[in-house]
Amino acid sequence: MRRIESVNDFVIKFANVNGTGSASANNLFAKALFRMGIPVSPKNIFPSNIQGLPTWYEVRVNDKGYLGRRGGIDIALSVNPQSMAQDIREVLPGGYFIYDDTKPLDLRLWRDDITIVGLPLSRLCNENYDDPRQRQLFKNVIYVGALAALLDIDFKVLTGLLEDQFKGKKNLVLPNTHALELGYHYAQANIACPLGIRVEKSDKVGDKILLDGNTALGLGALYGGATVAAWYPITPSTSVVDAFEKYAKRVRIDPGTGRRNYAIVQAEDELSAIGMVIGASWNGARSFTATSGPGISLMSEFLGLAYFAEIPTVLFNVQRAGPSTGMPTRTQQSDILACAYASHGDTKQVLLFPSTPKECFDFGALSFDLAERLQTPIILMTDLDLGMNDNMSEPLAWDDARKYDRGKVMTAQQLEDGMEFGRYLDVDGDAICYRTYPGTHPTKGAFFTRGTSRNEYAVYTEKGEEYEANMLRLLRKWDTINEHVPAPITVDCGRQTDTAVLYFGTSEESSLEALDYLAAEGIYLNAMRVRAFPFNYEVQEYIERHKEVFVVEQNRDAQLRTLLMAEFEFGPDKLKSVLCFDGTPISARNIGKQIKKHLKGDNVLPLHRNVNLVRAGESL
Amino acid sequence: MSYQVPKFRHPDLPLNDLGYTKADYEGTISTLCAGCGHDSISGSIVRACHELSIEPHKIAKLSGIGCSSKTPAYFLGKSHGFNSVHGRMPSVVTGAALANRDLVYLGVSGDGDTASIGMGQFAHVARRNLNMVYIVMNNGCYGLTKGQDSATADRGSASKKGDPNIYSAIDLCGTALQMGATFVARSFSGDKEQLLPLIKAAMSHRGFAFIDIISPCVTFNNNQQSTKSYEFVREHSEATGTIDFVPMHKEITAKYQPGSSHEVTMHDGSSVRLYKADDSLNPFDRRSAITALEDHRYSGSILTGLMYINEDSRDLHEVLETSQKPLNQLDETDLCPGNKMLMNINASLR
Repeated sequence: MRRIESVNDFVIKFANVNGTGSASANNLFAKALFRMGIPVSPKNIFPSNIQGLPTWYEVRVNDKGYLGRRGGIDIALSVNPQSMAQDIREVLPGGYFIYDDTKPLDLRLWRDDITIVGLPLSRLCNENYDDPRQRQLFKNVIYVGALAALLDIDFKVLTGLLEDQFKGKKNLVLPNTHALELGYHYAQANIACPLGIRVEKSDKVGDKILLDGNTALGLGALYGGATVAAWYPITPSTSVVDAFEKYAKRVRIDPGTGRRNYAIVQAEDELSAIGMVIGASWNGARSFTATSGPGISLMSEFLGLAYFAEIPTVLFNVQRAGPSTGMPTRTQQSDILACAYASHGDTKQVLLFPSTPKECFDFGALSFDLAERLQTPIILMTDLDLGMNDNMSEPLAWDDARKYDRGKVMTAQQLEDGMEFGRYLDVDGDAICYRTYPGTHPTKGAFFTRGTSRNEYAVYTEKGEEYEANMLRLLRKWDTINEHVPAPITVDCGRQTDTAVLYFGTSEESSLEALDYLAAEGIYLNAMRVRAFPFNYEVQEYIERHKEVFVVEQNRDAQLRTLLMAEFEFGPDKLKSVLCFDGTPISARNIGKQIKKHLKGDNVLPLHRNVNLVRAGESL
Repeated sequence: MSYQVPKFRHPDLPLNDLGYTKADYEGTISTLCAGCGHDSISGSIVRACHELSIEPHKIAKLSGIGCSSKTPAYFLGKSHGFNSVHGRMPSVVTGAALANRDLVYLGVSGDGDTASIGMGQFAHVARRNLNMVYIVMNNGCYGLTKGQDSATADRGSASKKGDPNIYSAIDLCGTALQMGATFVARSFSGDKEQLLPLIKAAMSHRGFAFIDIISPCVTFNNNQQSTKSYEFVREHSEATGTIDFVPMHKEITAKYQPGSSHEVTMHDGSSVRLYKADDSLNPFDRRSAITALEDHRYSGSILTGLMYINEDSRDLHEVLETSQKPLNQLDETDLCPGNKMLMNINASLR
């Protein structure tokens, strides 16, 4: 057998039982490597369940800084007998399987092509702890201690993390340190350490942070000046409002009066949540909601009202696998079309596509400026992978000189001075009209907001030409919006090529890595990351310039590609799909393989457009 | 189309404390059917706001969809209005009220808008005790779609179409009481004397004030077999008593029989005086109100008047402990914690 040998380059997967406290121990492991200066990319793979079902934590460790999912497992650490058969099967030949050998391994599972390492975790716990809950909790910490020996993790980094985590509280730090030592010493005494795979201190992390996208979004809303948050609990978006509340409690409570400069309402459903956001925004407060697929379906009627009545609305959509309840704890980018054209009638909604926690923060705060400047819903499209996993990210930053852009709001003074007010009157030629907040002026500036057709002065009308003029103005406004949304980012491969790859959101890391692999084989592609809908003109021009563009996305129906074809009228032969929709984040190997399949059979028109898809479970 | 009311007014129209005439509280001309009960309610709203001397622009009027929800165009033309989505007015008011606690929020809805499509939001806005007035113009039918029965139509009652309703009726006052409303009343569009003080009291109440106003649909549901017709309601109404609304600083001049009345001081300093017709109802006790409703339902009469009032409740802003300064008036200095805090957060994430 040839063992996999590597330094700072491997994938480890922890197999745990949901609800046993494994998350914090696994987090301790990932963060220790991060503090050693090694880039890490941890992913939670969890069931829709609170306690008892299998859950996994997959960490990619990579000195080159590749953060996307790689595919393949080098080390499996199994503390869950339920999933053991699957876990051991998944290990790549030459890899390592670490398991609790208090109970001997079922010989039918034995593999000769991997290294099998036993750790008597249950026995160590039973010998050292009497309380059943402690036995369960410390089992997790013990295996992290053992990994420190097996992988050469700096033990001092681990204890330093415990100090930070428990803020120096000795009664918590000491027992955890003891548990780490139990594992560490056992491994040192009984197993040849380190394994073929190990880590060493590096300098590839710089000033980066490890943060989940949902927390970053909550902070973005806080910094963006949101005061009213209305929401309905739904995985995987729930932690957005949780984070907003956590930080609002710290900084938004007046120390003198104890009064809050924010209001959070857990609504009775998503319809109500978006209704509250629209009511608050109409009344001049910055307001947002966070939801996921099923919530988007419910909110669609209100999104049409906000589009047509032109009410600033901020909505964070943390996407999960649909349709219907789908796979609620798995990731996808499959709400693109549902959001881009949300609601009945002719609608177009503004979408933002962040791809890192830093961008979640930046776009989160920006959403409020855009919503008020453009007077329309802003739907920020993230996903479970970005939202619920710790992602390595540039640090967050805020310019203290920054002022909120409140958009076109006519003041009492302007009304008093005789400025003409028509709620839907385009006075500046950018198709965006002035609004007034309720209560502004005793006799001027009041208007009636409605989802029915109305003229420029907000008076109800059923005249076809007035309705049409308004709808055409909304289309002109779309052009204005185009100038305000974040522009795409391009990566030039530095060679002559007429082929490019186009991606968005969480497909970025894997796409870039795949391009490196392809370049090593002499296949060169330019790359563009789209960051908003409406697509900027730059996107159109870029696609036109290339003969063939691969559109990478995490859904079945190539929704972004459909949107590109609809908006720019490209033919289907120009845009090729690279897809993944099995609920796991798309991997670099998958992208590379799909692109190569396409390139090989380029002149063959597939009978079915997804014929080149690499399916879940298919070898990469 | 909306048609403006002619601007000409008698020069000696009475002014309120703020110097406004009643005309300053009017809206555009109604496009509802002639004789519609809703127009009488609009008239009472205009009068109540004028007589209460509320600044017209300090009221926000919101509605859902339906005949009733059109009425905000026909009153308070100097107030911002919001004709939202069917059954969803409560959520929009909730957001609006959270944004600015300093306005008076008047929600107008119908029986279809509230008792069917909007039942969930109605229940929850009552439960949150949002500081608003919630008026249902209740005619037992869907007017805009030509007269289908609504969920408040009594079993056996028939509209113009003639088929008796086969389902039991939802009593919105009972629902409001169960859900935690802190002011619950019922009235009749044809009884201005009762309706006007009720609207005034509801507007002075801090918390969720609900008035179910039976308002006959002259086109589809004013026939003999209907229990929501003018005739039927007039004949079967039984009032809890009468109420007087006394604005702040106004001297009480009327004479009252001692012992038969209660005076309630509202949060804005005004007071409501109740004269009870029936000793069995205690309007400060929710259980008593629920029992009275059930008793009247059993006897086939319609209980009207003020059924329940609780002036000591905490409204949503109190429960959420929001700042006294309206949230929509806060700016960067109040809201943004600045880069220094972000640097600390960054440090904790390494």
